[in-house]
Amino acid sequence: MSYQEKRSILNLISSVLISGIYFWYVFRGDPTAGMDTDELMHFWGKSILILIPVTIVAKIVIAIFFAVGNTVATREKIPSADERDKLIELKSLRNSRYMFGFGFILAMVALTMNMSVNVMFIVIVLAGMASEIIENLSQLYFYRKGV
Amino acid sequence: MAKHQISNNIRKLRFNQDEMTQQQLGDMVGVSRQTIVAIEKGKYSPTLELAFRIAHVFDLPLHEVFSYNPDDDH
Repeated sequence: MSYQEKRSILNLISSVLISGIYFWYVFRGDPTAGMDTDELMHFWGKSILILIPVTIVAKIVIAIFFAVGNTVATREKIPSADERDKLIELKSLRNSRYMFGFGFILAMVALTMNMSVNVMFIVIVLAGMASEIIENLSQLYFYRKGV
Repeated sequence: MAKHQISNNIRKLRFNQDEMTQQQLGDMVGVSRQTIVAIEKGKYSPTLELAFRIAHVFDLPLHEVFSYNPDDDH
């Protein structure tokens, strides 16, 4: 398995785990119970704003450990991104954006059906996670099957 | 994936060039070993610039390294 394939699998697992653990931590004890719409908006805005730096830091730490571990285990230098990597990244990002766009539309549908703001944000967060999964699976597919 | 219509004989040319490794060729043209592997297996069609760089390494015209087979898709 190539370095890029291993990296895609690691990103897939880490993105699901980071978001999953973060939202499990945020939602333990049902903090949104009894909140009105304004409080819910504030709660979700704060939760998502905190998630961004948490994800960035966690991914940087994981990437460093992976790069060091892979170099030690395989004694190969980390390949720098070339034209094929960039093409695969672009195609995977396109698939990811389709997924997120679909999720965003679903969230808007939830709002127009008079569902809670909670539902809209949950759909957006799930769409974000799904889009990351699609992006990493697409990368894995293109690296394995060709692009 | 759609079957690529561009084939190449890079593997044979490497072998004839003092058994040049995929890593060596990759270093010479500025791509990773995995990209050379993908090109040789027909899983990736290089850009025109990369194709020219590869042909330049073997000191051959482009058409002697890569060939276009439009009938392969039918």
